[in-house]
Amino acid sequence: MHIARNWRVKKQRYSLHGEICHHCGAKVFPPRDICPECAKPAYDPLQLSGQGEVYSHTTVYDAPAGFQHQAPYALALVRLEEGPMLTAQLTDVDPKEVHIGMPVEMVTRKLSVEGDEGLIQYGYKFRPRMMARAA
Amino acid sequence: MRDVAIVGIGQTPVGELWDKSLRQLGHDAIRAAMADAGIEQADALFVGNMLSGELAGQEHLAALLADFLGMRGIEAAKIEAACASGAAALRVGTMAVASGMADVVIVAGVEKMTDTLPAETTAGLALAADQEYEVAEGATFLALNAMLMRRYMHEYDIPHSAFAPFPVNAHHNARGNPNAMFHMDISPARYEKAPVVAPPINVMDSSPICDGAAALVLVPARRAAEFGSGKRIVRIAASASAVDTLAVHDRGDPLFLEAAYLSSHKAYALAGVTPADIDFFELHDAFSIMSVLSLEACGFAQRGRGVDLGESGAITLSGRLPITTLGGLKARGHPVGATGVYQALEVVQQLRGDAGPNQLAHAHIGMAQNIGGSGATIVTHILIGED
Amino acid sequence: MKNMLLQPSRPVGITGYGVYIPRYRLPAQEVSDAWTGGSAGLPILEKAVPGLDEDTTTISIEAARNALLRAGIAPTDLRAIWIGSESHPYAVKPTSTIVAEALGAAPMVQAGDWEFACKAGTEAIIAAVGLVGSEMADYALGIGADTAQGRPGDALEYTAGAGGAAIIIGPAHGALARFEGSLSYVTDTPDFWRRPRAEYPSHGMRFTGDPAYFHHIVTAGQMLLEAMDRRPDEYRYVVLHQPNVKFPTRAAKQLGFKPEQWETGLLVGRIGNTYSAASLVGLTAVLDVAEPGDRILVVSFGSGAGSDAISLEVTEHIHDRRLLAPATEDYIARRTAIDYATYLRYRGKLRMK
Repeated sequence: MHIARNWRVKKQRYSLHGEICHHCGAKVFPPRDICPECAKPAYDPLQLSGQGEVYSHTTVYDAPAGFQHQAPYALALVRLEEGPMLTAQLTDVDPKEVHIGMPVEMVTRKLSVEGDEGLIQYGYKFRPRMMARAA
Repeated sequence: MRDVAIVGIGQTPVGELWDKSLRQLGHDAIRAAMADAGIEQADALFVGNMLSGELAGQEHLAALLADFLGMRGIEAAKIEAACASGAAALRVGTMAVASGMADVVIVAGVEKMTDTLPAETTAGLALAADQEYEVAEGATFLALNAMLMRRYMHEYDIPHSAFAPFPVNAHHNARGNPNAMFHMDISPARYEKAPVVAPPINVMDSSPICDGAAALVLVPARRAAEFGSGKRIVRIAASASAVDTLAVHDRGDPLFLEAAYLSSHKAYALAGVTPADIDFFELHDAFSIMSVLSLEACGFAQRGRGVDLGESGAITLSGRLPITTLGGLKARGHPVGATGVYQALEVVQQLRGDAGPNQLAHAHIGMAQNIGGSGATIVTHILIGED
Repeated sequence: MKNMLLQPSRPVGITGYGVYIPRYRLPAQEVSDAWTGGSAGLPILEKAVPGLDEDTTTISIEAARNALLRAGIAPTDLRAIWIGSESHPYAVKPTSTIVAEALGAAPMVQAGDWEFACKAGTEAIIAAVGLVGSEMADYALGIGADTAQGRPGDALEYTAGAGGAAIIIGPAHGALARFEGSLSYVTDTPDFWRRPRAEYPSHGMRFTGDPAYFHHIVTAGQMLLEAMDRRPDEYRYVVLHQPNVKFPTRAAKQLGFKPEQWETGLLVGRIGNTYSAASLVGLTAVLDVAEPGDRILVVSFGSGAGSDAISLEVTEHIHDRRLLAPATEDYIARRTAIDYATYLRYRGKLRMK
């Protein structure tokens, strides 16, 4: 069990809390102490929209321990519209329907469950975008 | 700085070695290397290993091996850099000898991956990725490489079949290596029909889970003649390492292995060579896509054209740039923390003229590149056979 | 009767509403085929089934995000998040704190989980009406959400569905629908229950009908109409708790309503019984199409037993804001049928050890 470890990252896991660098303006996810673009400290919080598109994807059949009950599942690199890319499962989708460039949106789902008595970890996944976006 | 030479090599076969423990594997490879170098003692032992803590519950591995080799009193430490642990250990050993802080150094790579169930081993390998932002989402190394391969195929409009020459070549070459895990040829047709494990990656794109250990003996080059049995002396002409972001998703351009570019080009500068001078290349073909990305980043092919080296036959034993000459990770096997040491050892075999049926006609300058994680740590060595 | 009516001192209304229905559907025929050789009559067409990564928490989060989109308020404006469910993922540890954190409403917020079988959702909403109506707070969020359990082969397995609805209560000024009043009717009637360590609920078969569902729904509905001095024909829509198609249809008739008043909010045939969410999900479907001035009567029912009857009047703000989040019919249309074996896997009904 990693109680404190998961608790520390709940904001970014549940709802994509990122950062914006006040030196170079880079939008950053996950939050880190040093801006990956300009290597200066970057602390201003930024709520990311959760809108993005699939950069690449695959299907995980041989899941690692803790994820086996969900296999097979679609995994993707998702490029957020603000710029950062992240690794996340795709949900509510047939893996065969996923394609590069597919518009997706963030949802908060169960990531993993520690047995019958342990904690449930929630976090971001992405699904095919439901609503056309307003211009 | 002193020049460093490799004067002893030793290895165990690679495979599912049910009757060999972690410490036995280390012992067998190190004793063989010591015998090859003609030494009874060393100043230091650096052990490349990734997973002993996770899979065997055994950390403090270098002290354990030194103890069981009867080498109490020497310096010993484990070096961990995921799948690049072996080459990282070689680099630490090289620094120790080059700096003059040690004269006779043993570098070993040891990995035991088959004592645990596959899901546990898979989870262990995933320790090299970002636990909070890759692994927590259910990512595996296989999946990360599959996403790179799919994007590469998409960006450059390359069919999956274009990758076939890499595993075909690796399997062909492994037939001439008695220590390799696999000894069967595969055809391009069989490659294309292989079961998909994480689309688009199939079984034949992926290196196997296995056990193995390899060891090298390093000494100052000017004293090399005092060791060994008169075989050609192999000099470490360059040792270079670089890191990139740990997570694939944090790279601005995930299809370019920045750390491979940086470490290879540092190595070229150190050795005073260009890519055209490299006679053969033991690259890190953990997955077919990694071979291609490595060739491109190291300057052997334009971006998007790495697969051409497969199609043209350049990568075969008789080609312009032979790779994975003794089977590579795909067919010799990929005991993760040991792989970097196997790669350097195989370069030494070629430079010594000891590569058996796979001996290259022209082997003077050889390069080895070991990749940790999905490209976060990349270590490049250039070895030159002294005339 | 007038003094039985709950009405806040400050006028309040629904500032935002949101729904969530999972994507998977189990046709009732699959259950009938598996357990009766296809001979059993079907209470509904199909029910919504949560995916492997869904539970009451995740359903609540999405429904609440949709409600916030329509309300146009900041999550930090919420002073309470109350979630009614009989399938809270933890027996001890609130669903509401996870939802509050995911919405960005924590930490300055009341949070709590409610349980009253299928009435927990409306109970939470009436509490929110009290909080806002007393001017202790400007906005409070009440949610009804469930991933209902039915014992394999039991009558409930045909209908026990999954879904959630989130309702933000705020001042009447600016609301999408004005809260006119509510009335609750509660007795100790043991028609349906689940003991703490039991996997599945038990029920009294036909006892769940007349003495339980019909008595409470019809009494609460009639008393509200009487207290408000209204006739059924003064309501454009009626939404009743919907464990199957037959019960709410019969109860609505008994109350004096006609099919065109109940059809819009009667979703059970296509998504199953969403328990704590059932009457509220029906309400969201009505709000998706209602016109300013339309009156809506909602009557929930929770086993054990009780009903909350709520009277609403739609305002002119409905047109601007209902398009800001997916409609209930959008979620219903997002449909992937699964077979009984997949259902067993998704609902964790396979014994693995």
